[in-house]
Amino acid sequence: MTWDSGLPPDGLPPDDEGQDLDEDDQELAASFRPVPGGAAAFFERAQADVVRSLVSQIAELVSADSTAAEAAEADAADSLETQLGLSTHSSVPEDPVLARLLPDGYADDPEASAEFRRYTEESLRSAKVASAEVVLASLPPTGGEVRLSEPECQQWLRALNDVRLALSVRLGITDEDEDLTERLSVGDPRSAYIWVYQWLAYLQDSLIEALADPS
Amino acid sequence: MGVAPIEVEQPATGQSAALDAPWVTLVWNDPVNLMNYVTYVFQRVFGYPKAKAEKLMLDVHHKGKAVVSSGTREAMERDAETLHGYGLWATVSHDS
Repeated sequence: MTWDSGLPPDGLPPDDEGQDLDEDDQELAASFRPVPGGAAAFFERAQADVVRSLVSQIAELVSADSTAAEAAEADAADSLETQLGLSTHSSVPEDPVLARLLPDGYADDPEASAEFRRYTEESLRSAKVASAEVVLASLPPTGGEVRLSEPECQQWLRALNDVRLALSVRLGITDEDEDLTERLSVGDPRSAYIWVYQWLAYLQDSLIEALADPS
Repeated sequence: MGVAPIEVEQPATGQSAALDAPWVTLVWNDPVNLMNYVTYVFQRVFGYPKAKAEKLMLDVHHKGKAVVSSGTREAMERDAETLHGYGLWATVSHDS
């Protein structure tokens, strides 16, 4: 696990035009505050775009090879497993990001893990897509105030966590004490995402604190 | 591995459950999940008081893993599934 620094990251990644956000924007790194019935935060357009893009990618990744999609392609509408909502997946996904988001249920029992996966993976995928959809629906297209109910806060927490888990795999984060900014070379295209990763930790931390300290 | 004592109601499902050694849900440490998030999830999922949730979180952090619940195998699989929904790395294990 990792302690959050409690401080906003020093900057945000370049936006689509490749321009770095200026000093004023850095000070406005979005974070949640408690409001009656939930939490609220102000997102600059670039910040909303970053969250929207990453959350969308998670939703696509998680739903891409779900049983429902496979069934449609394989003309397996009569499949009993599909009708019962069981997953046809019985082994850990090859994509390391999916493997982290949809982990084994048993540490050293492949057979039990396979059975666990058959009964849980499809609903776990659906739940992750549902969380992503809540985030996407609550983010204004051009940025702005995001005001969440308590149930929406729960979905945001999970979706932000899924994005951070996915980024950690892609960034190769294995040591919570490592200084991320020193590992990747300056020209590494992934380096921009270290800032995103740290900002999302700050954002998630602020949402947890807002829920723990309701106004 | 030392684990926090966990109060769990014995399932009233008859002899077989009572005779079986209890199953447990383990949560494993990872470098990503925020410590206050893990504490929050333990409070929310299990209804543990904050102090107990924090102790379990610290056990996970310092010892690499911790038993967070115990009971029937079915109940532990439900717990693991719920924790996977929150992105925690949880597994079911037979207590030994």
